[in-house]
Amino acid sequence: MDGTELAGQILYTWLTLVFGLILLPSAFGVSLGISEIYMKILVKTLEWATLRIETGVAKQSALKNSASIGIIQRDESPMEKGLSGLRGRDFELSDVFYFSKKGLEAIVEDEVTQRFSSEELVSWNLLTRTNVNFQYVSPRLTAVWVLGVIVRYCVLLPLRLTLAFIGISLFVIGTTLVGQLPRNRLKNLLSELVHLTCCRICVRALSGTIHYHNRQYRPQKGGICVANHTSPIDVLILTTDGCYTMVGQVHGGLMGIIQRAMVKACPHVWFERSEMKDRHLVIKRLKEHIAHKKELPILIFPEGTCINNTSVMMFKKGSFEIGGTIHPVAIKYNPQFGDAFWNSSKYNIVSYLLRVMTSWAIVCDVWYMPPMTREEGEDAVQFANRVKSAIAVQGGLTELPWDGGLKRAKVKDAFKEEQQKNYSKMIVGNGSLKSELD
Amino acid sequence: MGSRSSHAARIPDVDSLRRETGFSQASLRRLYDRFQALDRTGKGYLSRLDLQQIGALAVNPLGDRIIDSFFPDGSLRLDFPGFVRVLAHFRPVDEEEEGNRDPKEPEPLNSRMNKLRFAFQLYDLDRDGKISRHEMLQALRLMVGVQVTEEQLESIADRTVQEADEDGDGAVSFLEFAKSLEKMNIEQKMSIRILK
Repeated sequence: MDGTELAGQILYTWLTLVFGLILLPSAFGVSLGISEIYMKILVKTLEWATLRIETGVAKQSALKNSASIGIIQRDESPMEKGLSGLRGRDFELSDVFYFSKKGLEAIVEDEVTQRFSSEELVSWNLLTRTNVNFQYVSPRLTAVWVLGVIVRYCVLLPLRLTLAFIGISLFVIGTTLVGQLPRNRLKNLLSELVHLTCCRICVRALSGTIHYHNRQYRPQKGGICVANHTSPIDVLILTTDGCYTMVGQVHGGLMGIIQRAMVKACPHVWFERSEMKDRHLVIKRLKEHIAHKKELPILIFPEGTCINNTSVMMFKKGSFEIGGTIHPVAIKYNPQFGDAFWNSSKYNIVSYLLRVMTSWAIVCDVWYMPPMTREEGEDAVQFANRVKSAIAVQGGLTELPWDGGLKRAKVKDAFKEEQQKNYSKMIVGNGSLKSELD
Repeated sequence: MGSRSSHAARIPDVDSLRRETGFSQASLRRLYDRFQALDRTGKGYLSRLDLQQIGALAVNPLGDRIIDSFFPDGSLRLDFPGFVRVLAHFRPVDEEEEGNRDPKEPEPLNSRMNKLRFAFQLYDLDRDGKISRHEMLQALRLMVGVQVTEEQLESIADRTVQEADEDGDGAVSFLEFAKSLEKMNIEQKMSIRILK
């Protein structure tokens, strides 16, 4: 056989393997257990690597033990204690120290900026990109690392790209075909089948291992599903377990093709960029959508931007003004196997996807939570905060009051006024003044 | 892979910065990572806007003054050495270091006097070496916002200037400022300890 025939044979065998071992089982929602074996080997290897690193550096001075402790020693006592005074004490020249120290602390480390960069790992997971401050340990570790690079780039990456390509093409073709049918039950069934199959294929394309918890609380028709946002993959992870109505902006390019294809099979709500600015229009359309109670649940990410999965930031109240039942979902990724966070200011979507496809795997937990509705006398903001706390507690994430949009915009003056009010109360007291003594 | 020093080598002039600021190699690396994280658009330097976007700093009543101290003499760009030099003022005082210090070398940036100078220039806007009553009023106004009336503020400012002013010129010079705070534990109040 000459070269091209050989290449053809290899390609043929390769595709048959992929089809038989991955695609067919996906269509039926069955797992052959190959990815489980892969994960077991991976976990064992990483454990071994961690042990090697720990014995290697134990000889040196003590290392940090947890990546979640901040890098500076903080004194979180309230303003009164920080200014070493009680109410009604006088202004002193030294008061400026308190504010300058707090200000400089914020410059060195603040709660918000660190949420927009990838979480640091406690121990290295054999990926170059996470090697922040792990030292060279031993030749064996290097050998394993090299092996890891070869496996990831030469074996896993082509496989994943093939799967992704097949998954997306099948999706576009499938939804276009289903879209030809008139709106009836058969169409819905087929559209669900196409959705689920292609999502499963795409999840395999990322070597995703997803654990769903509390599936009895899966979002129902006519409801709204809210979740914390880490990356575009969140959508994939949620739709593998059920169909949702997507809400979002119309994009161009590949995303646009996918969006237009999706809309043919089942009704999604896509907005033009200009329409997105008009909040009332958005809310009106969403209200119309859930009024039927027979439509698939709407999927919304109220944070509005991708956060690095260590915390939950302010939920925008718009989603909570629509009414209806809210089904909260908490998504937590395990950073040991691959970083799912999309840092949109650092990477564009293509390089992000490549990074994800050259990680070990995407492992995450999805918790479905009992539905919540707005209570009497509760306004949208309070309701949003309540849902946010519930999601944070369930997912083991910290809660922050800051707006995720801070990475692009300035903070509101109202927060500064609160600080000023606190301080004034201290030095002026409740109206009694030093000037009385003059 | 690779050893730690390959990361420190990314920092320009790391050795002279270590000598000048007294920060350890690990601390400098942390601060460099922070500098790069704040430089969202990857310009290689920081602008005022980059610092203003830090939420916790924007709500600080003295936030703008603190940002000003990073941009002396009207400069618009903050490079990494400038960034670290200001932060060095807040390095905790190391007792051992104080004892071993060579008196002929210039004072370290985190000495008591330099910490006081940093605080002084938050008040002294026109850099004339004196805090006038007017400057005191302005600083107070920043810290209290609209919560306090002008008369109340003026009386507080007058009292403070009177108490600290020794030579009776109606303003507080740096030495008078330092004298009025001589009993205060500046080292602890103006120190930020970097943990790792």
